Order: sequence, then structure tokens, then C-alpha cells
Amino acid sequence: MQRAKGIEVKSVVVQVAATLALAFSFTTVVVLLSGEPPLAAYGHIVAGSVGSWLKVAQVLRVWVPLVLCSCGLLYTFQIGLWNIGVEGQVILGAIAATAVLRWGAAVGAPTGILSLSLLAAMGCGGLWALAAGILKTRGGVNEIFAGLGLNFVAVGIILWLIFGPWKRPGIASMSGTEPFARELWLPTVAGWRISPYALAAALGVLVLTWWTLKYTRVGLACRAIGRNPHASFLLGLRPDRWMLVAMMLAGGLAGLAGAYQVLAVYHRLIPAISSNYGYLSLLVVMLANYRWVWIPPIAFFFAALNVGSIQLPMMLQMDSSLAGVIQGSLVLATLVVHGWARRRQRAS
Amino acid sequence: MHIQLKEIHKFYGPVHANQGIDLTVDSGTIHGILGENGAGKSTLMKILAGYIQKSSGEILLDGQAVEFRNPAMASRMGIGMLYQDPLDFPPLTVLENFMLGQVQGTRLSQAGWGAKLQELAQHFDFQLDPHAPLATLTVGERQQLELLRLLSLGARLLILDEPTTGISPVQKQVLFHALKKLAREGKTVLVVSHKIEDVEALCDRVTILRQGRVTGEMDAPFDSETILAHMFGTPPVAPPKCAKEAGGEVLAFRQVSAQGGRAGLKDCTVSFQRGQVVGLAGLEGSGQGVFLRLAAGLQRPLKGAVFLDGRDMRGADHHEFKRRGVTFLPTARLEEGLIPGLSITEHFALAACRQTFLVPWLDALKEARTRVERFKIRGTPETSVEGLSGGNQQRLLLSLIPPSPKVLLLEQPTRGLDVESAHWMWQHLLGLCDQGTTILFSSAELDEILMVADRVLVFFNGRIVLDVTAAQADPERIGAAIAGRAPDSE
Repeated sequence: MQRAKGIEVKSVVVQVAATLALAFSFTTVVVLLSGEPPLAAYGHIVAGSVGSWLKVAQVLRVWVPLVLCSCGLLYTFQIGLWNIGVEGQVILGAIAATAVLRWGAAVGAPTGILSLSLLAAMGCGGLWALAAGILKTRGGVNEIFAGLGLNFVAVGIILWLIFGPWKRPGIASMSGTEPFARELWLPTVAGWRISPYALAAALGVLVLTWWTLKYTRVGLACRAIGRNPHASFLLGLRPDRWMLVAMMLAGGLAGLAGAYQVLAVYHRLIPAISSNYGYLSLLVVMLANYRWVWIPPIAFFFAALNVGSIQLPMMLQMDSSLAGVIQGSLVLATLVVHGWARRRQRAS
Repeated sequence: MHIQLKEIHKFYGPVHANQGIDLTVDSGTIHGILGENGAGKSTLMKILAGYIQKSSGEILLDGQAVEFRNPAMASRMGIGMLYQDPLDFPPLTVLENFMLGQVQGTRLSQAGWGAKLQELAQHFDFQLDPHAPLATLTVGERQQLELLRLLSLGARLLILDEPTTGISPVQKQVLFHALKKLAREGKTVLVVSHKIEDVEALCDRVTILRQGRVTGEMDAPFDSETILAHMFGTPPVAPPKCAKEAGGEVLAFRQVSAQGGRAGLKDCTVSFQRGQVVGLAGLEGSGQGVFLRLAAGLQRPLKGAVFLDGRDMRGADHHEFKRRGVTFLPTARLEEGLIPGLSITEHFALAACRQTFLVPWLDALKEARTRVERFKIRGTPETSVEGLSGGNQQRLLLSLIPPSPKVLLLEQPTRGLDVESAHWMWQHLLGLCDQGTTILFSSAELDEILMVADRVLVFFNGRIVLDVTAAQADPERIGAAIAGRAPDSE
């Protein structure tokens, strides 16, 4: 037993090393091709993300929505669904939060309005995910296509709102709707660049997700159905219904991330409100090998890449999309290394 | 082509599918390979076609030793196999399918290939429209096309796996005619079948397999009695079963028709009493699988109805059947019955514990400990089910059966089990039966059915062709019915 564990740890170390080597050699080639020094590029990303407390706070601002979406995706991945629609669910959450704030601006009682907007965001995100789930379970539409389609619809809705009914007095522009009054911002502490409430909420969601997956029937059902829906049905579960539950949970958390973007980051609705954090979370969860414990560090790493790469256009003649190249090649490298490991295991 | 197989062995993990098979086939002959399901026929043919690799042994083609690592190598040596399920491309046209795998380079001359296809088709009296989409063809026509494609690729040995399954009597005539013509032209034909009448009508010589070994070889004309004896062996005398009082009717089928399997189920009316043990015999896909799934509510009948305790179960799903005391154990244990990646405890938490929001993990663990012990499962509650052996997986499935089920439906329950595990399982199940459980099970092993069943149903081509009590069930009569020789089968 002890020895088996030793071998397992060793193989994990080898796998991680192989993954990093693969991903960074690819990225380095990309940087070299663009004619810039790779080490300098990496240096700027590190300095720009964890070089000061201010930068770390900025990274954490990105970390919060990534963790929220990733936790939700754990449910859908466990039950065997590809919830690509998470991006649209973030957008719908943002829209719902904005709608409540616009209505509540005249009402007063900001704490009540803020809470209500969070609930509305979770509800709307959840319903948007439910739509994809119903298309899947009742309509026989693959959830990937359903989710992608709904993402386009969500983008259409947000653009229509910003350029139509919710446009700024006089002008409609890509910069979004009229900013909200200060009392409708997510409360923070003086001197903090990141709301401690949001940080606490993200940690709370993480613990709650862990607890739900481990100790409740929801987690057991998701695990069972994801691994064998047919046998789960014979053992008394209804895979279709549980899939809808998992989608709602994922959509609810994505909606919460959308609300966070409105309440704590932009304080208005902008077209790019989701900042692709939904898609990025899919990568986070895949890289975490669908295990909750790896989500916080990997989400932090991805957030750091996003924030740090903003330095690239300023310091070098490079686009900040290098962060995306690193993130993408990391996930691909992980999948490849996993595939290799599986094949070798099967051969032996 | 002269073919010689020497001492062919094939292991699938612990399963010894071919146990030292010797086979010689002369050029220009049609050679039949007969045997029941699991006799090792398909395995042997796939080895010859390069689809799977033998564990040991020798293959000689025209006296030359050969080693195939893939089907392409066998194909280059002139071996073509027609698989039971056609391996073709339904979205393409007949001509495109014909050209696949033959055309080299980038230039396609549809006209040239079309002419070639027409010429070949005419030679064998096949009616094929080159421009029809493949999806509009019948199984028989697809088979004809595949045959022409293999010949055009230069096949000198043709292997056909159960070629008469799913084709019409006319197509069967056309196919047999074509195969005889091919043999006259010097090609060698190997036909795998479980149907005696096909072999009688077609083959010059037949080799019979049983449980991975050759049990007999003979030349035409064949004596079907002898063939049956070689196919099914002589089962040991069944032990006298306790004469249980048959109780009231528990389960009934009234004129049920359904799709599924190879043959579906056609107009089936039958009923079962409390405490009966019923063996469903027949070749795989003859309707017994569909029958069990209908009885479990896993499939809905197209016509007719299933009655449980006199209640019409139309519209009820499997969970409703389950609530009323029906349990179904599928044959593919790890694919359909258990959840790989979940532990034994997690299985009990799902199937045998209170369905509360918080999973009662302590109860589940206690339950798992008790039942692991009682069912002698070699594993701990934490063991993942895919780490258990086949026998232990079956024990786990048995241990998940709710207490005192009304009807127990078992699909090939002893498939892949060693003798000891099978014996243990039946001891346990017959114990349930004494408490009034009705057991319906399908099996490919006639011995097993005769050993434990009170009543035997034989399925052929989607119909029950024989329904006898154990007292009337002699192996020859049942064997004949399985092979389609029951008086009322055609």
C-alpha cells in the first residue's frame, strides 16, 4: 500500500512536469516567432500579477468569478455534461442583477436591493442553464450545442439592452449602461481593492460545493450518473431529473459570478461583462482534473496570467492574448499527458 | 486458397475463447463452422481475418506461414470477411461504398468503377443501383455489395459471419447461388452459422465447435442428429427438482410485440406462476433479451400489454415495475449493472439506504460490511467495483437485490463466471425461489437451463417456439428448437 502510494506520487510529479514542459515550450516557440524575448515576457507577466499587493488584489478580483463558475461546473462535469453554456449563464446573471439595480435605484434600502439582485442573478443563470438541460433531456439536443446556441442568444440580449432600452441618456455605446450610484456597489472595506465579502463568498461556495459533493445525495447522484447513467437508472435514480438539478446549480453559480462582475467590478452592464470567465472556468476545471481542491490554486494561476499579461502591450510589442495561449496550451498538454498515462497504464 | 490453422489459442484475459483449434479448408470448397453462442466461432474467424490477434498457434495459407497484425494485411493476402453487422457507410451511395478502400490516388473515375460494379453484379445476379444511397438498401443488398467489394479487392477466401441473419428468403437463395458459383470458380468460402438448415443447403464440409474446441467434423450429406449432439454435447442428467406447488399468476404477456435485438418479439402470449424458475433458451438475439427488458419495464411494447399481478402495466416505467417487486440484472455487469469508479459502499448508499438529502454514510458502510460478508464478496467496502472479479461483481449485484423480490429477471446470469461462482449463485437464487420469487433467466448454456429450470421456453426469430416443463424437456428436442427445428417454427 505504502509503495503503491509512492509510485502514484512519483507518477503525478512526472505528469505535472511533462505537462508544464510541453505547454511552456509551445508558448516559448510562439513568443520567439513573434520576435520577442520569452524570458522577458514571462517576467513581465509575473511582475504584473504578483509583483505587489495591489496586483495580487487585482488577481483576486478575477479569481472570485473563476472560482464561482468552476464550482458550478464541478456538478455538471460530475454528471457527465459539458456545460459550455456557462458563458451565457454568466451574462444572464449580470443582466438580472442590472435589472434589479435599475429598478431598485429609486426604491432605496440598498442592502435589500443588493441581496435581491444576487438572488435574481442566481435564478436567471439557473433558468438559462435549465433551458439547455431541457433541450438535452427532452429534446435530444446535445448540451454543447444547446449551450453554444444559448450563449449567442445571451450576447444578443445584452447588446440589445445596452444599445436599446438601457442605453445611456442620449448616447448608446460599447462602454455600457449608466454607472450605478455608490450605495449600489458591493460593499468593501476602506483601503481594500477587493471586497472581502466577495472573497468570503467565493470561499464559502467552495466549501459548500465540497460538502455537497461529498456528503449529500446530490453529489452521490451526480457521481453515479456521470459514470454510468444506465446502471444508475437500474439502481433507482432518474438521470434526466438529476441532470436538470446539476445544470441549475451550475447556472446559479455562474449567474452569481455575473452579478459579481456588475456589482463589484464594472458597476454597470457592459457588452463584455462575462470577460470569457465562463469559458476560462471550463479550462480551470479540466486542468484541476475535476477535483475541487485544485480549483483555488489553478483559478489563481489563470487569473494571474490574465492580469499579468496586460503588461505585455505596455512593456513589449506584444498582445495580451499570450495569456490565452498559455492557458489553452496548458489544458491541451494536460489532456495529452493524461492520455499518454492512460495508454501506458493499459499497456502494462 | 488452402487454409490450415494449427493449435490456435486465444485468451481474453482469463477467458480461453479458442482452446487449440485445428482446421483445414480446401480450395474451392464451402466450409461451414457451426456452434452455439460462445463456442469460439467468431473469435476464430476474426483471427483469420486479422481483426484480432491469436495468443498462439499457426496460420498457413497455401502452405505458407503468415502473421496478421491487422485486417489490411489479411486483405492483401486475399482474405475478405463479411462481418455480421455490415461495416459500411450509410450516408454514401452504393458506388462510393464500392470504391472505398480500392481507389488509390486522387483521381476518381466514377464511370470506370460503375462499370466494374455493374459487371460484377450481373455475374452474380445481384440487383444494385450504383447511385442509390446505401441507407435505402436492405441488409441483404448491403451484404451483396460488401461481397462484390471484397471480390474486387482480390479476395480469394471469403469469410461470412452468420450471413443469413436478417435477410429475406429470396436474398438467401441469391446469396447461396452466388457462393456456390464462387466455389466452382476456385474461391474458398467459410460460413459461420448456428443454423443447421443453412449449413445443409450450402456446405461441402462442416466443423463443429463447442466451448472453444473442435468437437466434430463431417462431410455432406450431414446427419442433423449428430450435428446437434456435437453442438450441444450430452448434458448431465438433471437433478430432480423439488416439486413446488405452483402459485397464482404473477407475470403475464398478452400478445406483446416489440422491437429490439435482431429479431424483436412477435405476438407473444405467456404467463408465469409464483415460485417458478423459467429458463429462456435460444440463440442470442432471438427475442429473449427483449422479452426480459419488457418484463422489467425497461422497454415499452409496440402492441399488447404486460401484466403484473393482474395489473395492466402499460405506461409504467422501470421504476414502477421495481416498486412492485420486479428486479432486473443485466448481463453486462460493469456496463449496465454497476457503476465503475464507485465503491461497494456507494452502491449500497444508492440502492439499499434511506433516500435522505444527507447520504447516511455510516448506515451504508454497515450495510456494505454485512453484505460483503454474507455474500462472500472478495473486497472491502471501499473497493471500487471495477476492481472486483466477474464472480464478485455478480455477487455484489445479487447482494443489491431488495429483500424477497416478486419477480427476478436475469440476463445470462452465469456468463463469464467460473463453475464455483455459478453454483453459489444458483444456490442463493433457488433459496429465494422457495420463498415464492419467480425467476426468469436467459442462458446460452443448455446444460444450465436443464439443471435449474422448472420450465423452459425456447425463442427462435422473435417467437416462443417451445414451452415445456422440465419433465418434458429433453436436450435434443430443445436443441432442435433452438436451431429452428421446432414443428411450428417456420
